[in-house]
Amino acid sequence: MSAAAPVTPSTAAPVSRTPSPRARRRRNWAWVRVVAVVAVSLIFALPLIWMFAAAFKTNVQVTNPDVGLIFRPTLDNFRAIIDDGAVFTSMKNSLIVGVISTVLSAVIAVPAAWAVGRFRMHRTGSLILVARIIPAISLLVPWYYLFAQAGLVGSYTVLVLSHMFVSVPLILWIMIGFFEGLPVELEEAARTDGLSAFGAFWRISLPLAAPGTATAALLAFVFSWNNFMFALIFADEDTQTVPVTLFNFISYASTDWGGLMAAATLITVPVVAVAVLGQKYLVAGLTAGATKG
Amino acid sequence: MSTTEVSRPAPSGPAAPRRPERRQRTFEQSNRRLKWAMLAPALLFVGAMIVFPLLFTLNLSLTDAFGAVNAKKGYVGFQNFLDALEDSRRFWPAVRRTVVFTIGAVLIETVLGLGLAMLMRKAFRGIRWVRTVLIIPLLTTPVAIGILWLLILDPTNGIANHLLETVGLPRQEFLGSVSQSLPTLMLIDVWQWTPMMTLLLLAGLSTLPDEPEEAALVDGANAWQRFRWVILPMLTTTLVTALVLRSVDALKTFDILYATKGPGGGSNFEVETLNVYSYGLTFDYQEYGLASAVLVLFTLFIIGVVVLLRRRGRKSA
Repeated sequence: MSAAAPVTPSTAAPVSRTPSPRARRRRNWAWVRVVAVVAVSLIFALPLIWMFAAAFKTNVQVTNPDVGLIFRPTLDNFRAIIDDGAVFTSMKNSLIVGVISTVLSAVIAVPAAWAVGRFRMHRTGSLILVARIIPAISLLVPWYYLFAQAGLVGSYTVLVLSHMFVSVPLILWIMIGFFEGLPVELEEAARTDGLSAFGAFWRISLPLAAPGTATAALLAFVFSWNNFMFALIFADEDTQTVPVTLFNFISYASTDWGGLMAAATLITVPVVAVAVLGQKYLVAGLTAGATKG
Repeated sequence: MSTTEVSRPAPSGPAAPRRPERRQRTFEQSNRRLKWAMLAPALLFVGAMIVFPLLFTLNLSLTDAFGAVNAKKGYVGFQNFLDALEDSRRFWPAVRRTVVFTIGAVLIETVLGLGLAMLMRKAFRGIRWVRTVLIIPLLTTPVAIGILWLLILDPTNGIANHLLETVGLPRQEFLGSVSQSLPTLMLIDVWQWTPMMTLLLLAGLSTLPDEPEEAALVDGANAWQRFRWVILPMLTTTLVTALVLRSVDALKTFDILYATKGPGGGSNFEVETLNVYSYGLTFDYQEYGLASAVLVLFTLFIIGVVVLLRRRGRKSA
């Protein structure tokens, strides 16, 4: 106590009692920064808010730019969509394809990521990442040909397989970094205690990697939900996914802005919910591996 | 009873000292087998989905396949490649649009993303909400984003023209005009993907040590000097990775172009990039031979861009 007493006043007092012009300038700067960040956030948020608002407008209100964000909302657009049913069918399809493709991708990609991360097989790992570079259209014709031979075009199977082609590299990319971040000592300790190499993965690393796996799976599901091109080619009327249904709405109902916005809102709401609830993990997943080059 | 008593000391006697060594060996053997067993399903899946299809496409690119993939076709050598490279009506304009779209969009996204990342570098209250707002555009279905901007940018009834008029600027045609469509779509891309740049660069910034910047501060460097000569050089690795990721995706942009302008990138092909062009050749015209040649060229082009960016990045890192 007596030893610390002479030290504290000499360092802390000058800073806190008399704010230097430099410190004051820095505080003003902080305000400018906050205002700028808020303004930019509004620019990113407003278009989507506009879309949500338009979903509750009548068609007269939608096409009248004087009607801003304050108006008497109507649920007619949503009622029309519920009566039509197509959006719900495609949401069900997207859910089925998204869940199955994500689960299967995680089952094959997480162990692969562990192997790449633990045994430093980056060359092998990057082979799989080639899938991220190739334009998918160059694979569509051969896939179509093969799947048509097998009589699978229009089935959930084709959609799941093609969506897995996106999710496997994505999950792999995120999980390699995650497994590399886990201390190797944990597995080594488990091995000396008698666990096999697989046991160390299964009992030690996999449970520790659960948050990473959840992040990767969530992102894989969102990208499957959003995928347009594969379903445009491979889905038929019964297996159509959400973006294709929305796209078809544009072509034959382009004047029904309210309906379009309601449909777009319905398929965006799950994504926004995921974003709000899982913000921290999603950011970690999206930026995984970026700092390593 | 007696047998167990006899056999019991045997393993613990002479075998005991040898045990750790034997265990070590099986560790390594099992490791080698295990790592391939763990990799095999993913490797086989991606391999099966890529290798055969790529060979198939390469093969098609050398034929005059048309109409149906399995219809009778003749080998025409590199004729499709020559046709594409001599085509100044569709192919080269598509190349130009792809390049303009990618460079323009990614450049703006990098500058804005870097600025925003610098603003958000030090945590403040509510940064959680700002980050949430930032990830929503990049998680939203591109087709929905296309529709949303069609409404906002509608030439007669859209809010964009209304706002322009309010501040005294002339009304614009946006996606309704041939010359403005591509720049407009670049701006939509900027809106959707600048957040990605920001998040990637923020992740990079968070790994940087504080000391070099503090040292520069002591030496009297101003804010710009500290950014340009201290932070930016340390950020190169992340910047290059972010550029590679964004460029690859921007080169392959399809959803938003197709959703807003339809097949062929509009009546005058005004937003027809290589991806939209090869999609049209394949699925609207069934020109499989030519389409495959264009796709082979397109793939080589993307690989070239990735290699170039990484090499430049390594040089300046």
